[in-house]
Amino acid sequence: MRSSDTEALIPTSEAEAVEAFRDGSGVTVLAGGTILMPDVTYGRYPKGGRTLMLHRAGLDTVTDNGVVTFGAMATLDAVVASGVPPLAEAAAAVADPEIRAQATIGGNLAAPPGVASPRGDLQAPLLAMGARVRSVGADGERTEPVEDYLAHERGRLVLSIEIDRPARGAYLTQRRPHSHSYSVMAVAAADVGGGVRVAAAGIAPSAVRLSGVEEALANGESAAEAGAHAGEGVEPPDDALASGWYRREVLPVLTARVIEQLQGG
Amino acid sequence: MELMVNGTPRATASSPVTPLLTVLRDELSVTSVKPGCEQGGCGSCTVWVDGEPRRACLLPVGTLEGARVTTVEGLGTPRDLAALQAAFNDRYAAQCGYCTSGMLMAAQALIDRTGGGPVTREQVIEALSGHVCRCTGYVKILDAVIAAANGEYEGHHGVEFEGDASQPEVEPKGAPA
Repeated sequence: MRSSDTEALIPTSEAEAVEAFRDGSGVTVLAGGTILMPDVTYGRYPKGGRTLMLHRAGLDTVTDNGVVTFGAMATLDAVVASGVPPLAEAAAAVADPEIRAQATIGGNLAAPPGVASPRGDLQAPLLAMGARVRSVGADGERTEPVEDYLAHERGRLVLSIEIDRPARGAYLTQRRPHSHSYSVMAVAAADVGGGVRVAAAGIAPSAVRLSGVEEALANGESAAEAGAHAGEGVEPPDDALASGWYRREVLPVLTARVIEQLQGG
Repeated sequence: MELMVNGTPRATASSPVTPLLTVLRDELSVTSVKPGCEQGGCGSCTVWVDGEPRRACLLPVGTLEGARVTTVEGLGTPRDLAALQAAFNDRYAAQCGYCTSGMLMAAQALIDRTGGGPVTREQVIEALSGHVCRCTGYVKILDAVIAAANGEYEGHHGVEFEGDASQPEVEPKGAPA
């Protein structure tokens, strides 16, 4: 049956969404739907339970007063339009125009790691930019760095994401002909004042900061030298898009190119 | 809840967390909308929602209360083709035809966005980047879209069909599953 017996909750404000979510138990949060709807079609969607549909909750606004704040339901098109580097470049590289018009920044951040291929293309630029995530859960509302958000079990309702607009950013994604519009892996770098932050997606269940690369840059190493530290402490997975060996070989090159792009731009 | 499908109000009893594709095909018998991968990767089920191309397999119908949904029947009919449909027909841009309705919806949306054309090859490639065709090799599809946008074909342009297009002109064989 290509349908779900879930109880649909359709809040019309952030406060109603928070109230409906409560501690999140038994709740599936449906943002843009591009990841979850195939689960309905293929019979993987949770049976019973409740689904929080956020399309009318007013969480899609984007404000920019030096700090850029994206509502969790801001579409990838809206992220592209914000022009915030390197996040906008990353959003523009996701999938295709129809998907970018529907998929959301909150869904991209909160999606659990994929089984067959990496997910969360925006996590690497958000890590590199030092983004902060505002979310609610059993212990109430909190705003925390994105790496802290990614470090604990999801289970929280993301409300908004704030970013100090970086001076410069760079982003590269790596594809192969058979990988269609999926990114094998991606590297993002941002000059956030006081240092360069670098993060990569597609080499671990969630995106990770490349602290060895950041330290090498702080010590004045070249892009190629710094890129060679990219594989430290990570065990890239084998999946449908590429082997772990392939990722390990390509990651330093991709990282060096991103740093060159950042330093040249 | 109710949707406007090709200008006609249609009621659906499906759960809000049902793909629009399922509602259109299995409940409303609009079978021009083709299920391909059913996970957003092939583009064959593309329809318009309020004039913008969207994947019917990825849209929860509960988000579409009162929305205008346009399928390929909303572009033209066999006796009254849109210029884009005429171009596809004349230039062999359809072979098996399975991807064609989705291709047409994405390409017509591009032509409409550019004020009726013309369009560049790069714009067409970007607009159709989420649409997979396993027959043509794409060249004839790109040529057809560019020719239609250049005004090389007769037929209306970007005008939604006014009548009741929810009833197909050709009766489907057998009842929908």
